[in-house]
Amino acid sequence: MADATRPLLSVRDLKMHFPITAGLLRRRVGAVKAVDGVSFDILPGETLGLVGESGCGKSTTGRAVLRLHDITSGSIRLDGTEIGRMSQSALRPLRPRMQMVFQDPQASLDPRMTVEAIIREPLDEHTRLSARHKRDKVLELMDAVGLNRRFAGRFPHAFSGGQRQRIGIARALALNPRLVVCDEPIAALDVSIQAQVVNLLEDLQERFGLTYLFISHDLSMVRHIATKVAVMYLGRIVELQAREGLYRDPLHPYTRALLSAVNEPDPVAARSRRRIVLRGDVPSPANPPKGCNFCTRCPDVMPVCREVDPATLEVGPGRWVACHLHDPAVMRGQTTRPFGTMGHRGPGPNPAPLDTPARSAT
Amino acid sequence: MTDAPAAGPSSATKMPMPGPDVRLAAAGASQWKDVWRQFRTHKGAVLGATFLVLVTLFCILGPWIWRVDPGDLDVRNKDLRPIYHALWDSGAKVAWAHPLGSDNLGRDLLASLIAGGRVSLAVGWTAMLLSMVIGTLVGVLAGYFWRLDGVLMRFTDLVLALPLLPLLLVMMLLFRDSLRAAFGPEMGIFLLIVTGIGITSWMNTARIVRGDVLALKEREFILAARSIGTPARRMIPRHILPNVMSSIMVSATLGLASAIITESALSFLGLGFPSDFPTWGKLLFDSTDRMADFPERVIWPGLAISLTVLSVNYIGDGLRDAFDPRIRGR
Repeated sequence: MADATRPLLSVRDLKMHFPITAGLLRRRVGAVKAVDGVSFDILPGETLGLVGESGCGKSTTGRAVLRLHDITSGSIRLDGTEIGRMSQSALRPLRPRMQMVFQDPQASLDPRMTVEAIIREPLDEHTRLSARHKRDKVLELMDAVGLNRRFAGRFPHAFSGGQRQRIGIARALALNPRLVVCDEPIAALDVSIQAQVVNLLEDLQERFGLTYLFISHDLSMVRHIATKVAVMYLGRIVELQAREGLYRDPLHPYTRALLSAVNEPDPVAARSRRRIVLRGDVPSPANPPKGCNFCTRCPDVMPVCREVDPATLEVGPGRWVACHLHDPAVMRGQTTRPFGTMGHRGPGPNPAPLDTPARSAT
Repeated sequence: MTDAPAAGPSSATKMPMPGPDVRLAAAGASQWKDVWRQFRTHKGAVLGATFLVLVTLFCILGPWIWRVDPGDLDVRNKDLRPIYHALWDSGAKVAWAHPLGSDNLGRDLLASLIAGGRVSLAVGWTAMLLSMVIGTLVGVLAGYFWRLDGVLMRFTDLVLALPLLPLLLVMMLLFRDSLRAAFGPEMGIFLLIVTGIGITSWMNTARIVRGDVLALKEREFILAARSIGTPARRMIPRHILPNVMSSIMVSATLGLASAIITESALSFLGLGFPSDFPTWGKLLFDSTDRMADFPERVIWPGLAISLTVLSVNYIGDGLRDAFDPRIRGR
């Protein structure tokens, strides 16, 4: 953490297209644009929350960042090293710096390996410790994530979901990584366990100085853990802001729709709040609409949205949004403001700011 | 936690152990002990293992106990019935010198069974192991490496489409003499038969293993291992093979059976071992023409083949359960 201003992870214009083949000769007829031009930075010690509905490309982004997929184009810089085009064998020595916690703790642990063997695997791959040192390290890691040492010889099926996720976290931490990609680590757990796991992740971040890319669809959980939040829709980041700004004053219509769907624990506030209900389905990432990706469902859609793809602009310090509503060049040409868009810029106009503390986590 | 008394008398003398599952925690201490414990709960597997051990001992130690050469022609005592025939048929031709009877040339059936079992078991196991190795290798490579998949599976289809018996016959004709010259008549034929059966019976295993590997490759723990940086050469032994072991085990038990039977078929066609060299399959086929008069000559080798195959099947079943930690816990 010597240089806190240089990003640990810097992603530029990341594209991950999966080819669609058809016919007898398996000719390429198109591509699923799972991730289509994503850029973000994560500073050391930060937690970037990546949110969005299912199928928007969050997990693919996380996996592409760790080069578990071969990316279509773009640049990924980890600690100043460009890893986007590296071969898998050249990447291997860098693997200890970046690790991943997976969504489904049942599926991400080999059913035929004991807990000790699972946590030891990264050590086997990247260190030359003696068997005794490895065992000591494994037991230390089990302590760190709150697993009983005596369970080291047991198999994953004997554990509960939360315990399994702890095994997965211990495995990710074995090599003292700097960046941990958490791919919906709590989605498969029930609510009482979710809070435990999120708190564990926070504790570990403090103890080991970790940097997280935290992928989730749970906005309230992201609010609890993230310092910056990026909202994805159909392979793009539509908005990227510090947590406070995003939850207080969401800029993109999609973000506002998402936030309005978060449950409000205060019944008085719940009655007065305004729900934005999106109509229709997410378009197919194989065939995204012309113009803005969100134009088919946007409540504030303008004619220009169906023609021109909005650029991602910095509308305030550290506040990035890809929407024509916030592009002065577009809005100046727009003589009549579309209905229903009254004032999302500037302070005040949002009548019911969704800022009541959503204390879902602890 | 009020279940301290449940910890049992053994731990009562030692330090009191808190926590509910002392037994389960200790259960993981030795994996092989667990495997053995689970294996013992499978009655069929235990019976099968006992039988297989007995048959193997019978074949290995038999010649030292029953010191009759299976090739000896005792023409004066030919066509003897087994000794137990005297129980219900006082006129039957029996002799204590040939407790299971003798064939039309006066060769002792018991000695033939022992000698034949040695060959049949050796051929069966070796050919099965060979075909498992080839099948697993092809299946894992085809399933794991996307680039090899097309080539290897088309090759598998090609071998599968070949008519096997004629192929084996051609192999026998082509290589028999050179192998005989190189390794001696018995070893040469043994190698030829084992190779012949091995390289013509791996295709089903390859297909099954490939399918399993393809499914396994999409599981998240493989992705997790890749994110750790495990290279393919360690991924396969560490994650892929243990998880396809149960399918391999099942096809291995079937493979042993079919290897013994293919060897019998080859012997029957006169292209297996030489005629003075008994195997279970050959004993069976030699006796089929006079089966109605001397049923015991078919029943004994037939029983030996089928019970061996059955016991191996049960053992495979038991091992598959014992190696699966998810089943073992129950």
